[in-house]
Amino acid sequence: MITDTDIAVIGAGPAGCNAALLAAEYDFSVVMLDEQVSPGGQVWRAKSPAILSAPETPESVAGESVRNAISQSNVTHLGGVRVWHIERSEDAFVIHYENAGVSISLSCRCLVIATGARETIQPIPGWTLPGVVGMAGATSIFKQDLIPIGSKMVVSGTGPLVFFVAAEQQRLGGEVAAIVTSNTLLDWIKALPAMLLRPGLLFRGLRWITAMYVNRIPIYWGHTVTRVEGESSVSRVEFKKISKDWTPQGQPRFIECDCVSLGSGLISAFESFQLAGISLEHNSDLGGWIPKQEQDGRTNVGGCFICGDGAGIRGSLAAETHGKLAGLSAVAFLGAKINHSIVKLRREYTRAASFGEAMSKLSIPRPGLTKLTTAKTVVCRCEGITRAEIEDEMNLGAQSTISVKSGVRAGMGPCGGKFCQTAITDLIAKTKSCPVSQIAPPTARPPLRPISVNTLAGDFDYSDLPISKPSPL
Amino acid sequence: MFQLAPNHQDDIVRTAKIRFTFDGESFLAHEGETLAAALMRAKLLHIRDAPGDESPRGVFCCMGLCQECVVQVDGKTIESCRLSVSPDLHVTSLRRQLDT
Repeated sequence: MITDTDIAVIGAGPAGCNAALLAAEYDFSVVMLDEQVSPGGQVWRAKSPAILSAPETPESVAGESVRNAISQSNVTHLGGVRVWHIERSEDAFVIHYENAGVSISLSCRCLVIATGARETIQPIPGWTLPGVVGMAGATSIFKQDLIPIGSKMVVSGTGPLVFFVAAEQQRLGGEVAAIVTSNTLLDWIKALPAMLLRPGLLFRGLRWITAMYVNRIPIYWGHTVTRVEGESSVSRVEFKKISKDWTPQGQPRFIECDCVSLGSGLISAFESFQLAGISLEHNSDLGGWIPKQEQDGRTNVGGCFICGDGAGIRGSLAAETHGKLAGLSAVAFLGAKINHSIVKLRREYTRAASFGEAMSKLSIPRPGLTKLTTAKTVVCRCEGITRAEIEDEMNLGAQSTISVKSGVRAGMGPCGGKFCQTAITDLIAKTKSCPVSQIAPPTARPPLRPISVNTLAGDFDYSDLPISKPSPL
Repeated sequence: MFQLAPNHQDDIVRTAKIRFTFDGESFLAHEGETLAAALMRAKLLHIRDAPGDESPRGVFCCMGLCQECVVQVDGKTIESCRLSVSPDLHVTSLRRQLDT
């Protein structure tokens, strides 16, 4: 098959950009597709065109550097497009994407999937109220639009992101009412050896925390927000102390605020891998369901390579080198003689990954946190399905995420189950008394992103429609 | 000078402000910023009502996944976190009824 390009890379974050850049060095044609207009992904998200100038941050500097590298390379960058389907034939892949309301197909000999991660947020009463944003979501607004969110924010969640969100909210002129974090100081002390691998980041984190204490912003270690209250938007949050397995306990306390940022770690955005035919496996240390993988981003699908947080949550530093390794695997698959030192890259990757994995360990929610979701809590936001409704369906016999989905439509709304599947998996595992690793996510179905029927249909004449002959009676 | 927690609010230079409308009401925004950010600045958080229980919804994931912040522009549904404010932008919300 003659294809449109040798290599297609889906996702333009640290992994995708580095894979594309390295592959382009070997003189293959490389097309990189991404939802955002400019390369960078979530971690290096570019500023909106409304920002004419702003003080630099480590993220903005790294982002500018990769954006310059992409623009000076031979990589064809398709920005602001949305991949909605991936098909594979014997010797090629076909990517279907939407660009300005038109669906376009792109064929390639070799596919690199670098679709990154998304946030897990444990459903709690009131989490659908306007004024509640994800923690990763907050950083996206901070990086792109450089505005604070609301006038008084409570940040509640796990891992290092709580401190970054709080620090950025203040840097951009907003107020932080409190930081509520599931981790204890002891959790952080245990992570110190791994953090010493990245002294720069350790220093940055310490500076954020010191600034909170100096500015007298309360940090509630070993606590979590248990409920969000308000009429048509957030007015206050309820929070409680949590046990060692993060079960909320003790007397509720309250903080007045007009917005709250919630997040409990990241998970692989695995749907693209599923569509490409890559099997998933469960690895709780890397965020849950991840694509099965071999060294340097190879998979069980020939010609398809994976890299970055989508392959398991190891953070952006690891994603950069993982991207390079996957890029090299792709060009080697196409027959190139590799003149980079793979051994050196692998060493760099292992080092960065052990830092990232330590941060993941702090971020990954412990089992008690699932108790935040009360019977009346909406689990599937799109369809407004509560925990009790999902449990009723399970009592009627639904034993898998697919049967819950087809039974009560939990996960069938416009977000495609991206914000409820983790909670639903936990509920099924609890009912069946089995580990979550035995509860597979539903089969991925196109479209990966909402797409209008007009776009799907495109321009056609009725006379062009193939009509098969009626079958003989 | 080393600042432990700098406030950069006044060091950010933005494009000129332009007007857009949201359900007929006029608001100011910097040209090119996302509608999600412009609405946050206007303290307009309640963007949509959920189709099922009609509960109020607003910007949630901020990266085009959750579909909570969708609005309609020229009859097309689009996420406000993925829409840039431009002159002559007229947004229709998917709220059942306006807050009084």
